[in-house]
Amino acid sequence: MTEKRIPKTLVEDNKFCPGCGHGIINRVLAEVLEEMELVDMAIGSVAVGCACLMIDTFGTDWVQAAHGRAAAVACGIKRVRPENFVFTYQGDGDSLAIGFSETMYAAVRNENITAFIVNNGIFGMTGGQMAPTSLPGQRTTTSPAGKDPSLAGQPLNIINQMRQLPIAYLARGSVGSFKEIIKLKKYIKAAVTNQIEGKGYGLVEILSPCPTNWKMTMRGALDHMGDNVKNFFPTGEFIKEGVHTDA
Amino acid sequence: MTRAFMKGNHALAEAAIRANMTFFGGYPITPQSEILEYLSDNLPKAGGTFLQAESELAGVNMVYGAAAAGHRAMTSSSGPGFSLLQEGISYIASAELPAVFVDVQRYGSGLGDIFQAQSDYYVATRGGGHGDYRVIAYAPASVQETVDLVGLAFDKAEQYRNPCLILSDASIAQMMEPVVFPEKRKCDPDHEWAVRGKRGGDFKKITSTMYYTENFDQYIHDKYATIQANEQRWESIQAEDAEIVLVAYGISSRICKEAVSTARAEGIRLGLIRPITVWPFPEEAFDGLGKGLRAYLTVELSALPRLRDDVMLATGMKTPVHHFLAGNTVPSSQTIVKQAVALLEK
Repeated sequence: MTEKRIPKTLVEDNKFCPGCGHGIINRVLAEVLEEMELVDMAIGSVAVGCACLMIDTFGTDWVQAAHGRAAAVACGIKRVRPENFVFTYQGDGDSLAIGFSETMYAAVRNENITAFIVNNGIFGMTGGQMAPTSLPGQRTTTSPAGKDPSLAGQPLNIINQMRQLPIAYLARGSVGSFKEIIKLKKYIKAAVTNQIEGKGYGLVEILSPCPTNWKMTMRGALDHMGDNVKNFFPTGEFIKEGVHTDA
Repeated sequence: MTRAFMKGNHALAEAAIRANMTFFGGYPITPQSEILEYLSDNLPKAGGTFLQAESELAGVNMVYGAAAAGHRAMTSSSGPGFSLLQEGISYIASAELPAVFVDVQRYGSGLGDIFQAQSDYYVATRGGGHGDYRVIAYAPASVQETVDLVGLAFDKAEQYRNPCLILSDASIAQMMEPVVFPEKRKCDPDHEWAVRGKRGGDFKKITSTMYYTENFDQYIHDKYATIQANEQRWESIQAEDAEIVLVAYGISSRICKEAVSTARAEGIRLGLIRPITVWPFPEEAFDGLGKGLRAYLTVELSALPRLRDDVMLATGMKTPVHHFLAGNTVPSSQTIVKQAVALLEK
């Protein structure tokens, strides 16, 4: 018989929709924090959107910020409690639309915090509106004819935005396949390590499916990630320990 | 105790350091920028963190984070920037965290201009942002009172776990006066409500969506009613037997004080009620005034009456409430006496 091992940090079942990638990401993050013995000293900063559902089920200290402002809140926490492990966990609408300025400036200052941005190309909690990361032609409730880049711009690539900044770690992972989940765990561990070693800001963007708002089956959503999403958002490590890599 | 001759903004910043503020995140705007300048130099020397934020929005949310972690935190701004702080102040009030805010009032709506004014009265006294909350708002009338109220504001913010505001203005903030500072305080940031990692215990959540708890509406109502009952502060000057009682706070109250002396020397029975807290409004100050009272006259540095409305509410309009609006010019005491005499001659 195989044993089902769930990290103790996941104190309750998650509240995400069936097929959502957040549950996997929560699990991987919980595993990393437990393996690195950081759960007792971790403080998370979430804001508004599906991500904030985890503050009831993911057993670390939490502060819930205003929409978009999680990075600024995390800076305030880390500056007064440098002994704690401080991280943000946000969706792409939250961190890259309304919170773009706070997200970028945490990196500009190389704040010693770790940011996790879950990119599912959509505003999930509000019912599937267009996000900065929505793909050209993507049908959403606010782009019913498909996203028009001449009106809304091309998908926002946060990795490219941050590549020129003096930060410690930058990677994009995915939960699109088992192999990618293994790699994602490595990226998360590396980003966390950079903070613990005082090297500064680490960001892991995570490509994640939203079958509910993409109006797809779970299988269809994973295929869409492999066939389309990854063309706009290549995965890999882009900055490691402050050094730019050719990912 | 330390004596100094200092500018209002610098004294305010030094008072915050002495109240054991350990985090400040703010953005430049005239006429409050000296607060940032002073703290950028002196807060790190005192062991705290000064961050120049990328915007007021970021500044107030950094304060939210530092306050959630149990530390005494503050940000300051003026008019247009104070509008931007309101989102964060609403969240901090809703999350029941202590923090201190400063609005050095300037003139006008929109960009307005940098002259002294008292146009932000509503936003200071009505909560300011969205939702059901109030901010304890102190209005100093001198540099010394600024120092005293900053220390008090940090204490009251922690006592009630609610934001407090120092409602200053360009005159009080820019003038230099002799001032005495208290000794630097020590405070323990490890409050039972503060996030500092669960450290083997239960995990904590600081959110602004606590409305699901039982009797939440009643709890919020009672919290603010308690503050209203216990925290009214004011100064009353010869109001007991006055025929006309001036009502003014901050810079305009200083001129009113002079107007009372001028008028009394001429045999005119003029008095003054000076709110020190503008919320909670000092309603008790208006109880039991003399039978000879004929009218109230608010003196405000704004284009529209603001303070007048609170005097009307506090007095039930049993006595006429008039207003004198000086806009962005500071009136002379003689002008105010003339206004009062005109009311008596009506």
